[in-house]
Amino acid sequence: MNIIVCAKQVMDPDTPASAFNVDENALRVVPAQGIPPVVNGFCENAVEAALRIKENLGDATITVLSVGSEFVMDVMKKPLSMGADQMVLIQDEACSNLDALSTVKLLTAAIKKIGEFDLVICGQQASDWDNAHVPLGLSETLGLPCLTEASNIEIEESSIIVNSSRSDGYEVFESSLPALVTVNNQIGEPRYPTLRGIMQASRKTPEILTISDLGLDSEELKPALTLTELFIPVSDKQCEIIEGEDEADSGRLLAMRLREEKII
Amino acid sequence: MTEILILGELDGNELHSSAGELIAAGRKLADELGMKVSAAIIGEAPIEIANEAISIGADQVYTVSHELIAQGVSDTYVAALEFICNKVNPAVVLTAKTPIGRSAGPRLAYRLGTGVAQDCINLEGDAGTGKMTVTRPVYGGNAMAKFTFANNETQVAVLRIKAFEPLPTDADRSGLITHIDLEMNENHVKSKLVETVKEQSEGVKLEDAEVIIGGGRGLGGPEPFSQLEELAKLFDSGAVGASRAVCDAGWLDHSYQIGLTGKTVTPNLYITFGISGASQHMAGCSASKNIVAINKDGEANIFKEASFGVIGDWEKVLPSFTATVQELLGT
Repeated sequence: MNIIVCAKQVMDPDTPASAFNVDENALRVVPAQGIPPVVNGFCENAVEAALRIKENLGDATITVLSVGSEFVMDVMKKPLSMGADQMVLIQDEACSNLDALSTVKLLTAAIKKIGEFDLVICGQQASDWDNAHVPLGLSETLGLPCLTEASNIEIEESSIIVNSSRSDGYEVFESSLPALVTVNNQIGEPRYPTLRGIMQASRKTPEILTISDLGLDSEELKPALTLTELFIPVSDKQCEIIEGEDEADSGRLLAMRLREEKII
Repeated sequence: MTEILILGELDGNELHSSAGELIAAGRKLADELGMKVSAAIIGEAPIEIANEAISIGADQVYTVSHELIAQGVSDTYVAALEFICNKVNPAVVLTAKTPIGRSAGPRLAYRLGTGVAQDCINLEGDAGTGKMTVTRPVYGGNAMAKFTFANNETQVAVLRIKAFEPLPTDADRSGLITHIDLEMNENHVKSKLVETVKEQSEGVKLEDAEVIIGGGRGLGGPEPFSQLEELAKLFDSGAVGASRAVCDAGWLDHSYQIGLTGKTVTPNLYITFGISGASQHMAGCSASKNIVAINKDGEANIFKEASFGVIGDWEKVLPSFTATVQELLGT
């Protein structure tokens, strides 16, 4: 079985709010100094999902695919260290500010170039622009069944069964293969790379593709949406800190204060 | 392009609560752009539902039925919306951030080859261009972004649940109800809903709770949640929620998770213990009327969103807080 996992390099979402800056004129988020990027969390979950399928089936090839302009190789190799077999990176200056529609075009072209596959697994959304629709777009451009928000994936012969997490439980969907699945944290914690995994990954060289390798040019990568404003919202809330004689007293005073305000 | 089309989902035999929010958002936009609002109700819907959609702001309702329409399968909604879009060429399509809407809206956009914005919390119409500007949180809510649509094609937006207030019912409103016979075949339906499994946590549903007691990583383990449970039970409509870290660690199952990938809650009162207030958590609870924070880190982000707070150890604050609440409520 051939599995393609799409993964994105993003700014570390655990960047403290104090280090999060926006250039409102350039309409860009300014990367925090000294905090390296990471592989998007749900994309790591997608790698984990692929590895579990490979373990269950006994045999599968996992290809990790990404689009970007400046990859930090130590960061992007993490899926390989976790156990993925190979990696294809679409790396091009023209990819520095791609919108979702263009990302989908590039991923579609790359997946067609990779050729045979049975399953595409993607993180449900990326923690930078939170678009949550690149995988959905891919399912459309590739004409694949689209199974979303999976908390569990079972492969049976030529079909796939997925539990889609819902706020009050889950729904079980079935489709034929090939298919596209999106996952989030509920699929399970991404494994830590082992020392052996890191050694193996260090010997692997990702295949680098440019947009012209994919038969596209930057003219075809026009955004569907135009960003017109980007700003950090200001909270006008003033927090009233309740201080008693000690912490227990503060707890008591807090309850009294809420009563006074008729909140409880 | 004089029409704003909303996807009216059904919830059993009733109109899904998101439909009222979509119609209200569409109504405002339609008035700004000089357009009309139409609601597509997909599935076997009784006439009362179409009338209801009109009474809460729709100018027109399309009732769409076909034997292949399967409730809960986004493929069928995408196919139905595509069919309607090809017929009426709407300026805007709005879906809700429900399991169906957040999948069908974007898929429709890609199928039509147009742009889509997820998780919108505001829409503004520009009568001059006939286009809308959408506002949506990005970077886990750390920043807000406004977008316009680059092309003169159908603009698709998925709206955050509970970000738009439904309009009051006006039984005197009138509108057109049109039935659409869908052309659809098996190729449109690529996945099948096999089973729906409800994992109801006991007591009040988080989404419906008036008071939510939230616990975070700061509680240190699963045991303290029984104390939060006790506090929650003192309220008529109280429930316990948790941060993602708590659910990922397995202290509670994911049905308790509040945040970007968990539940969106809007209680009157949200009291948090040991929750730092990461933006992805706040994305699920920032619409709470009152947020109260108990955290030993006075610099924690949660204090920026809270109206009342105690900087201190939850273990020392919680018992006296619970006892006083019990006294005050006489429960």
